[in-house]
Amino acid sequence: MNLTLKIWRQKNAQDKGQLVDYKISDVSPDMSFLEMLDVLNDGLVEKGDEPVAFDHDCREGICGMCSLYINGEAHGPDRGVTTCQLHMRMFKDGDTIFIEPFRAKAFPVIKDLVVDRSAFDRIQHAGGFISVNTSGNTQDANAIPIPKHDADRAFDAATCIGCGACVATCKNSSAMLFVSAKVSQFALLPQGKVEAAERVLNMVEQMDHEGFGNCTNTGACEIECPKGISLENIARMNREYFKASIK
Amino acid sequence: MAKSALLKSSIGKKYWMALTGLFLCLFLVGHLAGNLQLLFGTQLQFNEYALFMTTNPAVKILSYVTYISILFHAIDGILLTIQNKKARPIGYAKNNAGANSAWASRNMAVLGTLILIFIATHMVNFWAKMHFTTMPLQKITVEAQPGATQDFYLTSGWGQDKFIPVQSVDGENIVLDGRDFYYTKPLKVKFAEGYKDLHTITIEFFKDPKWGLAFTIFYVFSMAVLAFHLLHGFNSAFQSLGANNPKYTPAIKVFGKGFAIIVPLLFAIIPLYIHFFK
Repeated sequence: MNLTLKIWRQKNAQDKGQLVDYKISDVSPDMSFLEMLDVLNDGLVEKGDEPVAFDHDCREGICGMCSLYINGEAHGPDRGVTTCQLHMRMFKDGDTIFIEPFRAKAFPVIKDLVVDRSAFDRIQHAGGFISVNTSGNTQDANAIPIPKHDADRAFDAATCIGCGACVATCKNSSAMLFVSAKVSQFALLPQGKVEAAERVLNMVEQMDHEGFGNCTNTGACEIECPKGISLENIARMNREYFKASIK
Repeated sequence: MAKSALLKSSIGKKYWMALTGLFLCLFLVGHLAGNLQLLFGTQLQFNEYALFMTTNPAVKILSYVTYISILFHAIDGILLTIQNKKARPIGYAKNNAGANSAWASRNMAVLGTLILIFIATHMVNFWAKMHFTTMPLQKITVEAQPGATQDFYLTSGWGQDKFIPVQSVDGENIVLDGRDFYYTKPLKVKFAEGYKDLHTITIEFFKDPKWGLAFTIFYVFSMAVLAFHLLHGFNSAFQSLGANNPKYTPAIKVFGKGFAIIVPLLFAIIPLYIHFFK
């Protein structure tokens, strides 16, 4: 496959940045998208050019490090995958592919396609945890009976890898799908109920403080989420927030 | 924090958008029921209804809640939109939003602004005329004697209590716009303020030789805009209020779609019917 890549290049956070065209040939349809970028970077390094900076780590869709807004969609045109799981067979020979960083005020660009997603970490620090005694006499979590339905819902929410595709996709750069997943995974379980009210109030406050936009229920996040986190979580967060607010 | 949470937080603002939006959906149903009298009712019936809507104290309270809801919905919407725009200062060179979301859901602010413009013009055209101007009163032609007719105005007290706006007629049958009344004794003369003839104002508005067609097109267009706004807004309100559940959400979605199409459609039929068939 021969492709034209339009890649966002930006030296640093202060640089204005621009889209730069790259031609790449002999791309195998079996390559992952990141492998294709590796090949591009090899060529750039050989020529003595600066390689394109992009985030990646596990390359098996569980770490949430890879990002990229590919042809107008977070993690590219495929569904239920991260960019590392996106394969070049999703594209056609001769295609022009736009590759941009995730865009949001709360996700400032560090370099090229790498953005700072530590706003998510700060939201987690605000309440995305449960306080347990780890002094050695901790109760076995499996000893607490939990309805299967609730356990499944909690686990579904917990599969969120915090990649930020929801924010990147949302026309409002809203982080509600992420925050609601983190709220839900605890709100559904007895261990999480103890701090449920504080958690949702603090996490939402931090979310607003970070400069994410407001949810308008377009549902784009749910479609683009590599882990299929459901909008039901946002509704649950809205309920939890109301309950906590009138306490 | 919790004290301001229901007003200032992102989720709090969404609750208010949802609550005011759903209240305005109820208002639409009431308004539509009233308007449909232009198609299925008589002139008298419609003008009676218009008088009732401008004088009844319970309606007055509801109408103030409606004005406040419209203002709150609009202001909150504008604030949310500004915040949302600020949340992404640099946009994408290529954004394939159509792949993951419906057009209406992404354009609620634009649709809402168009609806607000419509509401403003609509209120100038009818509401303000009804409230603040001296309007022509509805005339009723009464057959006082065989072969001789006389014009009267109905008073606002008509149908409720004492006075009936007819010059004394010698205990005869009086025909008032299809209604028969029989009086056994002479009636007192009473020319009161009469019904404001909103019915005629409305018909003339859409049948205006110069602007009637333009008004009709504008009204039908605005109802199409409303349909798209509701197509997203109705269901979105339930999501914002936390009502999303595999059991009942599919039913809400079907109902919401039906509501979003049927209500604006019925509204739109009225100017079309008046302009082309009345």
